[in-house]
Formats: sequence, structure tokens, C-alpha cells
Amino acid sequence: MGNAIELRNVTKTFGTIIANDDVTLTIREGEILSLLGENGSGKTTLMNMLSGIYFPDSGSIFVKGEQVEIRSPKDAYDLKIGMVHQHFKLIDVFTATENIALGTDKNSQGRFSLRSVKAKAREICERYGFDLNLDQKVYEMSVSQKQTLEIVKVLYRGADYLILDEPTAVLTPQEVEKLFAVIRNMKADGKSVVIITHKLKEVLEISDRVAIMRKGRFIGSVLTAEATEGSLTEMMVGEKVELNIARSTPSDVIKRIEVRNLSVINHEGLRVLTDINFDINGGEILGIAGISGNGQKELLESIAGLQRTISGTSIKYYPGENGEKELQLVGMNPRDIRNAGIHLAFVPEDRLGMGLVRSMGMDENMMLKTYDEGSSIITNRKLPREMAEQIKESLGVVTPSITTPVAQLSGGNVQKVLVGREISSDPTVIMTAYAVRGLDINTSYTIYRLLNEQKERGTAVVYVGEELDVLLELCDRILVLCGGRVSGIVDAREVTKEELGLLMTKYGGKEEG
Amino acid sequence: MDSLLAWILRAIPFGTIIMYGALGEILTEKSGNLNLGVPGIMYLGGFAGFAGSYYYEHLSPNPNGAMCVFVALAACIAASMAGGLIYSFITITLRANQNVTGLALTIFGKGVANFFGVYILNGASYTAAPLANSMFAARIFPFADKNAVTQVIFSYGFLVYVAVILAVIFGKVLNRTRVGLNLRAVGENPAAADADGISVTKYKYLATCIGAGVSGLGGLYYVLDYNHGIWATTGQIEALGWLAVALVIFTTWKPYNAIWGAYLFGMFYWLYQFLPDIMGWKLAGYVTDLIQMVPYVVTIFVLLGVSRRKKKENQPPESLGLSYFREDR
Repeated sequence: MGNAIELRNVTKTFGTIIANDDVTLTIREGEILSLLGENGSGKTTLMNMLSGIYFPDSGSIFVKGEQVEIRSPKDAYDLKIGMVHQHFKLIDVFTATENIALGTDKNSQGRFSLRSVKAKAREICERYGFDLNLDQKVYEMSVSQKQTLEIVKVLYRGADYLILDEPTAVLTPQEVEKLFAVIRNMKADGKSVVIITHKLKEVLEISDRVAIMRKGRFIGSVLTAEATEGSLTEMMVGEKVELNIARSTPSDVIKRIEVRNLSVINHEGLRVLTDINFDINGGEILGIAGISGNGQKELLESIAGLQRTISGTSIKYYPGENGEKELQLVGMNPRDIRNAGIHLAFVPEDRLGMGLVRSMGMDENMMLKTYDEGSSIITNRKLPREMAEQIKESLGVVTPSITTPVAQLSGGNVQKVLVGREISSDPTVIMTAYAVRGLDINTSYTIYRLLNEQKERGTAVVYVGEELDVLLELCDRILVLCGGRVSGIVDAREVTKEELGLLMTKYGGKEEG
Repeated sequence: MDSLLAWILRAIPFGTIIMYGALGEILTEKSGNLNLGVPGIMYLGGFAGFAGSYYYEHLSPNPNGAMCVFVALAACIAASMAGGLIYSFITITLRANQNVTGLALTIFGKGVANFFGVYILNGASYTAAPLANSMFAARIFPFADKNAVTQVIFSYGFLVYVAVILAVIFGKVLNRTRVGLNLRAVGENPAAADADGISVTKYKYLATCIGAGVSGLGGLYYVLDYNHGIWATTGQIEALGWLAVALVIFTTWKPYNAIWGAYLFGMFYWLYQFLPDIMGWKLAGYVTDLIQMVPYVVTIFVLLGVSRRKKKENQPPESLGLSYFREDR
């Protein structure tokens, strides 16, 4: 098997974030290669440089030994590289055939005819065993049908090298089997397939070779036949790094929230959370680990009242003091839950997407949470201004003034504002998600310190994080989510990084064989 | 019966003005650009056409009719497309807000046209382009007056028929060709179109500029035919431009619907004059103003009906009004 595609010393940065750092990777002819890594390890970015979505800052790409420049998706298709993105790029109001026909002027002869496109597409479907109704409109299709359409589309364009980004993330087990059968047919036909994934079981089942990435770097590649779940996890999560986060022994631990039988079905009708049971305790930091997209967001939102849950779910809140009665949070509106003392600070991937208004300054962003306090119809502007000053002071937010729009602040400072605002009002429960996403070391430690202070004050802290090292040193207990279910709840002081990695990638975390 | 005939004979030329405006805007919006500069572009087109023929008629020793038509058309299309190009550059290349840019273009077009209109005429007669008017208004079918039916169908200047032909061509291009398919894809989901190797920028620029060229013809038709070659610096063209934008929504972005929709709007527009006649009513002056609102009210109801039924095919292009940047994360 010769080398089909080679990436040599490829680096790509977004602002100050290094997505790919000096990556060298080879894709061979006629193989199924798994690109394995945690979220944010740069797998998709790397492949996007092959499909022409991004252009590398430095480094070079070779196809069949020749150096190439891939400046657009069109260039990629000309080199017979096709990618199926995780977020499908389909036109909703078009039929399957119309979607396939898009942008294909190069390989067509003579008059444009949807009928001939359809005939050729049908041929592809029969050859590889795709099950697709070519006259169906995309908005009537299921997720799996859309994915099938995407793959047919790529094949129709004559791709010999297919890149599938997390193809199984949205599929049922039966659909996964069907997809794998098709992938094997494509391999038998001499095509190379790259599957971006973080599911070990599937890696071992389908691929010939595994390439592992971690934090934007290429770690190495192994033949699947020589790999085990254990060895792959180790490469994926890496050595344990000592962080020396100050962690106190929990004292006065009392139950604050009791979650029972929590299940959530999302807009697309997919079950994102199944039968979740756990407790959140005051005076303790509960970490939530999991590959992102395994239900973390929905879990926090359910507690905060932002997510509709399936009947049977019970989320009870124990205010604790003076024998107050427990509250059933399911069905309460978000503001009442917040007023009860349960705060959520969610830092989404684009940071500003949730919780802060870009064009407002720190003061006005504080006011979003305080505007209904006081009795006058004129809002109290003094209180938010004081809050903003205090947060700026205590967290060291770097900003010209508290009225500067937060959009002009650096990412780390924006996050300080977001987390600081939630902490400032002395909640009894604080939930943070990805609070240190993209932050530098010092700022991260500031956030850890804040959370620890909260814990020592008796607050129940929930910390959804991406970095296992941090989870292991910051938290007291760690709940691991896998496929929307609780894969395990472990003691952060006892568990090893590998065990955590296994729990994340495999429900229950048991290694086979 | 005579009133009805007269009504239709007024409605069709009126409809033609807004049909041009709407056709151009349909093409533009199919690429995802919401160009609210239609009235401004119609001003630019109408004025440039007028100015072109005015100068030709005054400077040429013996002006030729066909040449006059050509000069007017060329000037009109060039000026309108320049308007479209300004809009394209600001919204596509610089990615500024489309609504603001469009509204600014409307104000700009109106201002330019009115300023230079006064400057050129400078006290001269407002019927300054008689040859152009006679050429554009000339009936191209000799048998038009045979009976009522032929009169309704054949008794107009050539631009009326060009509009219908353009509508049919637009419909065919959008629905039956690869270019049309790609263009619609750009307006629906530019990221998807981009991933399929379609040049989003190229399609947006071309659709917007060609669309502007077509919209501008509405202004030209208004000045040199409908308004008898008179350049009047009133707000009339702007009102027609907004009506054209309303018509785009009324047609649910389909060129074929623009044909009958435009004529229907024409009927609505002249309702206030002919309905009382036909029905034998006597109406107070202020009521006519109310009746003139009918096209807008109908548009609102169509919009309501379309959004209530949620049929995907009748919705505006999905990314209408949004700028596209490939590396947005």
C-alpha cells in the first residue's frame, strides 16, 4: 500500500489558539484509518485542511507524492478528496438528487439534466449498498438518511479519499452496522477512508490503522491489530500531569440536589440523556467528565430549568436551612430556580454565545441578572456597577473600563466576567461548564481558586471539564457520562487517568479480553 | 365594460414597472442578498435612461429612434448595475449589514437622480425626451385595436413583453439549470454551496448586479413610457420600488408568480379609480387613500398565510440577509 496523502509539519492557529501543532500524518491507499483523539485535539481542523475549508499556516500537503495547495473545497474534489462534515452541509428544500447535482459542472457533459444525475447516483447506491430515496427532500430525512446522502454526494464527485467526521455520533447501533458495511464495500473498491472518532470500540471494529492526536499534536499511529483499548486510551489521554491545584478535604457535606431518572430527548428526537441518577452535595466539587456532546450540556440545563425533561424525571433541591421543605425543580421556570440559589455558568465553544451580550459592558451584563431587583420602575444601575467593579478588582479582569463592550475583551477576561457574575451572588449551587476553555494557565488557576473558595464556604460546585488532569485534581467526585448515560461515579482521589478515559469512551469502562 | 377595459389597460403598464423591480430583486434575494435598495436602483436606472436619451436627442444632429432606445437601455442598465455593485461590494466583500446598506442605497439613488435631474433640466421642459418616449411607448403589434381582447394583450410598448419574457427566462434558469440550482443553494446555505465547490462570492455578485440591472429597467419603463418621457422629481418611483419589494414576498420568490402578481397589484393600485365607477359608488377623497393600501395589506396577508402553513418551498431563502464568511467558527 502506497502513501495516498501526506501532511507534513502542518500548523494551524486561530488567534492565539493552536489547533494543530506541527502535525505529520500519512493516509495510505485503500486503508481505513481512524483518527482518534479527545474533543479539541484538532482532528477536525486537520481534516478540514484536506477538504479545503481551512488553509494551513505552515507545512505542506502531498497527494500521491506531489505537493499540492488546497485552497477551496473545489480543489479538494479535484484531488479526489471528499469530506462528510459532522454538521451536514445540505440544502433543506432540495431533493437528494438536487443536492448531489450541486456544483458539479466539471464532470458533466453537455446539457444539465437532473435525470442523468439521478441515474448515476442510483448506480452508486446500488454498488455500495446505500439505502436512499433520491426524490426525497432533505427536510423530510432522518439524520441517518442525511448522512447517507452526504456520502453518496462525495462519491458522486469521484472521491477516492473519504473523510468522515464523527459519522457514528448521531446514529443508532443498527445504522452504525449499516454504515460500517458500506465503508467496507468502499475499501473493497480501493478507496481510502478516514474516520474521525473517539469511540474505541468502533476504532477496533472497523479500521486498519489508528492515528492518535492529543492537544493539537500528532502522537503516533499503530496498526489496529496490534492495539488494545488500554493502549489506545493511554495514547489518547497521555501521561498524568501534576497540576498542584490546592484541594481541601470536604467538610460538612450535605445533599443539595438529588437527580433521579433524568431523561431528555432533544429536538431531533434523539435521546441525549438516559436515566441519570446522582446527588450534588454542598461543600464538595462534583466533576462531570465525558467526551463533549455526551449530554453534559443537557444535564446542566435540565437542572437549571432550561431543558424539557421526560416525565418521570425528578430533580429535588434541598435548601437545608431551618428545615425548609425540598423543592421539585422539574417544571419550575429558570428564574425561580436561579432565585432559589442554583446558578449556571456555561461557557460555550464560542464563549459569548450564552450568558453575555457582546455589545454591552461589564456593568450592563451584570444588570441582566439584577434588573428586576428593587421596587422602582427605573432600573438600579448602581448595584450592577458596583458588582462589575468588584469582579474587575478581585478577578483581575483586564479592561479599559467596566463600560467597554465585553466583545472587545480577550476570551479569558470574558470568562472571568461570566463566572464571576454567577459566583458574586452567593449561590448555594453553582454549575460551571468549560469554565477554563481556552484560558491561559494563570487565569485557569484563578478560576480553580474561586471554585475551591466556594466549596469551602459550603457551596455545591459542579464542574464540567474537558481536561482530565484538572478534573482529577480539582474535584472530589467525578461523574462520567458516556452516550448520555452515567458510565460511572468515581472518587477523584483514587481513580486513574486511564480508568477515566475508558469510562468516557466505553459505557461502564470495562476492557474486553 | 369600458371601465373594466380601461382598468386593465392601466393595470398592465403599472404592473410592468413593479414586475421589473420584483424580478431583479427575486434574483438578488435568491443569492441570499436582501437588497432594500430597489427603489434607489429604480431611480438610478430611470434617471440614467432618461439622461442618456436626453443628451442623445439634444446632441445628435439627427437622432435615430433605434439608437435612442439603445442609448437609454445601455445607460439605464449600466447605472443600475453600478448601484448593485456598490451594494455587493459593501455587503459581500466588506460584509456590512444588508438592511442598512440597502436603505442607504435607496436614499443615495433617489438623491443622485433628483439632484442631476434638476441640474440637467435646469428649467427646461419636463418632457425633454420626446423621441425616446415615442419609441418606448410605440405599440409593436399593428393589430392591437381589433377588439377588446387584442387591446388588452397587444397594445403596449415593447418593454411590457420583455418583462414577461424575462420572468419566464428567470423561472427556467432558476428551476431548470445548473446555474439556477447553484444560485438557490448559495441563498439557502452558502456554507454547503461553498463546500460543494460553488463560488459563493461570484454567484452573489453576479446575481445582485444582474438583478439590479433588471430592477433598474422598471425605473426606465416608468420614466420613458408610463410617464410619457417626463422626468418628475417626485417620490413616485420610491413608492413603486417598495411595492416591488412587497411583490417579491407576494410571489414567494417565484418569477412566474411575478407575472400575474404584478398585474394583480396593478389592478389593486387602480382600484380606487375604477371600482367606484363600475359599482356606481360615490366615495370621499380620503377613502381612495385607504383603497390604495390594498396591495400592501394583501402582501401582509400572503406573508401571514405562507408563514402559517410553514411549507418549506414558500419560505424566503434560508440565509437571506446574512453575510457569509468561510472561516467563521
